[in-house]
Amino acid sequence: MKVHEYQAKEIFADAGIPVPPGEMATTPAEAFEIASGLNRAVMVKSQVHVGGRGKAGGIKYAENAEAANVLAQTILGMDIKGLTVKKVLVTAAEDITSESYVGIILDRATKRPVIMVSPAGGVDIEEVAAKTPEKIFKLAVDPVLGLRTYQARDLAFKLYHDIGQVRQAADIIMKLYDVFWKIDASLVEINPLITNTAAQVVAIDAKVNIDDNALYRQKQVEVMRDLDAEEPSEVQAREADLSYVKLDGSIGCMVNGAGLAMTTMDLVKRYGGEPANFLDIGGSSSPEKVIAALKIILGDPNVRSILINIFGGITRCDDVATGIVRAFKELKPAVPAVVRLTGTNEEEGIRILKSVNLPSADTLDNVVKKAIELAGKDA
Amino acid sequence: MSIFIDKKTKVLVQGITGRDGSFHARQMKSAGTKVVGGVTPGKGGASVGGIPVFNSMAEAVEKTGANTSVVYVPPAFAADAIYEAVGAGIKTVVCVTEGIPANDMMKVYPHVTKHGVRLIGPNCPGLISVGQSKVGIMPATIVKKGNVGVVSRSGTLTYEAIWALTLAGMGQTTCIGIGGDQVIGTSFIDCLEAFEADKSTKAIVMIGEIGGSDEEEAAAYIKKHVTKPVVAFIAGQAAPPGKRMGHAGAIISGGTGTAAEKIAALNKVGVPVAGSPTEIPGVLRELMSRTKKKAAGRTTTAGKKTVTRKKATPKKSATGVKKTTARARAAKPAARTRIRTRGKKTTARKKQK
Repeated sequence: MKVHEYQAKEIFADAGIPVPPGEMATTPAEAFEIASGLNRAVMVKSQVHVGGRGKAGGIKYAENAEAANVLAQTILGMDIKGLTVKKVLVTAAEDITSESYVGIILDRATKRPVIMVSPAGGVDIEEVAAKTPEKIFKLAVDPVLGLRTYQARDLAFKLYHDIGQVRQAADIIMKLYDVFWKIDASLVEINPLITNTAAQVVAIDAKVNIDDNALYRQKQVEVMRDLDAEEPSEVQAREADLSYVKLDGSIGCMVNGAGLAMTTMDLVKRYGGEPANFLDIGGSSSPEKVIAALKIILGDPNVRSILINIFGGITRCDDVATGIVRAFKELKPAVPAVVRLTGTNEEEGIRILKSVNLPSADTLDNVVKKAIELAGKDA
Repeated sequence: MSIFIDKKTKVLVQGITGRDGSFHARQMKSAGTKVVGGVTPGKGGASVGGIPVFNSMAEAVEKTGANTSVVYVPPAFAADAIYEAVGAGIKTVVCVTEGIPANDMMKVYPHVTKHGVRLIGPNCPGLISVGQSKVGIMPATIVKKGNVGVVSRSGTLTYEAIWALTLAGMGQTTCIGIGGDQVIGTSFIDCLEAFEADKSTKAIVMIGEIGGSDEEEAAAYIKKHVTKPVVAFIAGQAAPPGKRMGHAGAIISGGTGTAAEKIAALNKVGVPVAGSPTEIPGVLRELMSRTKKKAAGRTTTAGKKTVTRKKATPKKSATGVKKTTARARAAKPAARTRIRTRGKKTTARKKQK
């Protein structure tokens, strides 16, 4: 799960990491009020879940509250990479003397949290890694021992020469590591971590991603979820406990198992179609889930045919077929569908499907080809 | 023979009175697995389908002499269940549970390693050593005894591949799902090493997916250490970047972890990547016949592993195939198409400011 910059800064501020004062606004009038309260030059920053906001014109400097008001009018409602800006962060502008990078990620290779720091901040860190890898310093932390103060200090020395700034940065790194564990983050990032003319080290940007698996114990973070910023169908799917990702094609896919669902999409592409979505109904064969899944697929106006691919192992094909029949009777889809049921109780499942005249296919490849054919030309 | 589990495997089911635990305990037992007991704190003395239930792992191990456990407990309690198994002296833990926080697993992993315990999963279907033992949730009906080892990050996709092999008459030694999470106990490399050492395994099928770099690391390992023919399949070519595709670990992030990168890495070391799970048997059969021919023809002095593998690239050997089945011939161009159509790296993580 992603949170916005203004929310990430709240998390940082609670942990004692210095961030410039500021607040979120949804209208130009609110932006004006916040800027007036700060009574100094501010940054007006669009709050959308996408990188490259600055380049897209979504981050602007305002000399005073009037200017902030005008800028908020332009930025609110702006489209950044397909996302509409509905919120801005109005925050005190800093006089920047240097920009660094500090980030912590869950590193799959070492199975540890890895802290990355770089004196080349303020730019895309992947770019730094590709062009000047010698400017990136990494530390894989022992998750049992935790981060020790000397390790944070060593990293801070890679960023600053002044001992005062080294101490500030080491303290920030320690606190950032605590945040990483405390909120079950999969990524925390400060880019840039700046020094200002008062020689203070400050986080002027903040990025936090939370491990979805840990949301059950991170209620205070989960409430930060911005439903407005998500695909409505993906929100609907999450509520129905389905794994769903919306895509742009015309073949609506319903599959059991994530790997098989991905493979089904791959084959749709391979045989000349475009998948409308990724959808894993999971191991359960409950009719309610099948109905919810079909509703989501049918809610996508691009869908021209429905592909149902079930490999029954523990899941029984007859159970799934019953769900499909109920779903089709209830929803009466106007688009054609094709079903492949294989594995446990396959014959019984296919017999049940015949009662609603649903065409079936025998193999993985054939069900995909049939779905593309049903979608018609330009699938 | 087999890897990780065999006839001597004595299994305890952690969370045996739960919905999944009780169902799969019975399934495992009817598949011939020695399920010697189960654990649910507070339900000690009960029985599930004739399997005795204990209050703790320590007690269960003491009474039954079990060496393996399988975890079906909910995500919030799964890490603790693994610690308990390690503490009780269990040597192989199969964790089926999906949805365990990665931070929990980052602490579990060094613990099991330190105690010499093999952890398989989490978020995995478990494994079957055909004709000997099944631990986890894989359907026992789709396997057939034979000489192919199967290793995968997935569940139903694995069943699909196993079923294709079985239909083609190519049986298996052990089929193992290593799990779809970011932090897992047993890697592709661990399984490749075990299959290479297992005398009855003659060929290996490896099923990967987008996210991370396990497949690339496996490719490097294969080049150095694996002499047996390996065929791969990679899921997620059509997956968009930055989106989690069901499995916690199946995500292209920062432009890395794409299917194209993985396919390229595998092809580079001579591992053909099938275009569809149904084409795996054909590609494998062709590779096996080619490897056999080459092994017969190669001199002992030049018999380095890497030589064999390099020659096994589809291009070079196309003319050297003696006996190819119709299936293998049909499958081959597909494997190549896939190499050609690989896409460019998608987007790198954009500037954050």
